[in-house]
Amino acid sequence: MGIRTLIVMLVASLLVIAILATQPAYSLFLPQLLEGALLTAQITVLGALLAVVMGVLAALGKLYGPAPVRWLANIYIEIFRGTSALVQLFWLFFVLPQFGISLEAYTVAVLALGLNIGAYGAECARGAITSVARGQWEAATALNMTRGQMLRRIILPQAFVAMIPPWGNLFIELLKSTALVSLITLSDLAFKAQEMNQTTMKTIPIFTLVLVIYLAMSLVITIGMRYLEGRASRGLARGRTV
Amino acid sequence: MTDKPIVRFDKVSKRYGPLTVLDSLELDIFRGEKVAIIGPSGSGKTTVLRMLMTLETIDDGVIWVDGEPLTHMERNGKLVRADQAHIRKIRARIGMVFQSFNLFPHMTAMANCIEAPMTVLGMKRQDAEARAADLLDMVGLAQKKEHYPSQLSGGQQQRVAIARALAMRPKIMLFDEVTSALDPELVGEVLQVIRKLGSEHDLTMLMVTHQMGFAKEFADRICFFYQGKICEQGHPKEFFGSPKNDRTKQFLHAVLEAG
Repeated sequence: MGIRTLIVMLVASLLVIAILATQPAYSLFLPQLLEGALLTAQITVLGALLAVVMGVLAALGKLYGPAPVRWLANIYIEIFRGTSALVQLFWLFFVLPQFGISLEAYTVAVLALGLNIGAYGAECARGAITSVARGQWEAATALNMTRGQMLRRIILPQAFVAMIPPWGNLFIELLKSTALVSLITLSDLAFKAQEMNQTTMKTIPIFTLVLVIYLAMSLVITIGMRYLEGRASRGLARGRTV
Repeated sequence: MTDKPIVRFDKVSKRYGPLTVLDSLELDIFRGEKVAIIGPSGSGKTTVLRMLMTLETIDDGVIWVDGEPLTHMERNGKLVRADQAHIRKIRARIGMVFQSFNLFPHMTAMANCIEAPMTVLGMKRQDAEARAADLLDMVGLAQKKEHYPSQLSGGQQQRVAIARALAMRPKIMLFDEVTSALDPELVGEVLQVIRKLGSEHDLTMLMVTHQMGFAKEFADRICFFYQGKICEQGHPKEFFGSPKNDRTKQFLHAVLEAG
């Protein structure tokens, strides 16, 4: 889909929200839902930042680290990819305090979801890094670069372009999995919806609004990643400005 | 040419599993010498360059550069495997141009040429750019310095790659089948640059090539590899004029036949 179509979809979904907001049956719920959406957005953004850092570090560790770092990276990836995000949330929120470490629900949400998505992201990053042609390493070796210089200046800038589309998928996964944080006392978008649904039974307006709000947020991610991809692959033909 | 070799392969062997690619190779190359390495595919000729560039490890023997071991270093009077720091120190004297160019696609021609001088040699941007501009001018691409590799023809890319390697001021240049990936009409412009390099610089050059005409006219010495060994070597005049070895005769016959 072209980026223009995506923008049209985003504008349309915002319009739908605006139109529904003029209806008393809907507008009643909107402030609470938007409040929840703000928390959802915050957790998504912070989680995504953590995921990127962890994903790239784990990929580099797994590929090029000394043995202990490789093991650590592998253990991290397997644990956080191999168990459910819900169990990770519960473990950090309910079990960790038993060992004397109590974290706020908000912190746990960002940590668990960021680490979870980061584990998937690590494998995307690893794939992207190893897909850079071997000749690039060889040319950098022939220019007597150190391994760090090769990675930083030659390999990673090319790998990032290949990482963007799969990472876009993961960020949308992340957005959707934030609904889980309602189970550790946080009032996110999904939680607000459930809460109001239970007290008012107005299922249709509440969940229609929630659906459109989630869609709008995921469209923002898709458009953002598409923009980045365009810039980065132009950047692949641009790089260091001279 | 002096008597002290600038590159010495001292009984160097390279094996891939049961396959011996190079068998106890002994080869001296002298300062300023232009050596063309020819031979059928699988004869180990490219491996010679790749080992010298440290892109391949060696299984036996020692490679010496300018009187110092490249693959090894001295410790308590004995030669042990070189560490990265030692390899980088010696490797700084060598540059290489590849069959498939291997330019950095995310950088312009200019950026390709200043990258290593800045990051590896720590040159100031201004100085690196001045040096790169001279080199790009020398290879005839002064007008193309802001172009990206994807915007250049194969011959132009290869000339940028030559400039990029020269920007590190190597004493020894390795050319690995640098015209093999080019369309026939682009071969000439790259060979022209190499010719110019040979006449204007005091570089030692080692090239693996299939361009027999060029080798004959340009090289001081031809080394013919066959099955991991130097089968015959000599001045191009003798080598092409009166080859002694039967393998050489067969090979030359086959290549010249193909035109």
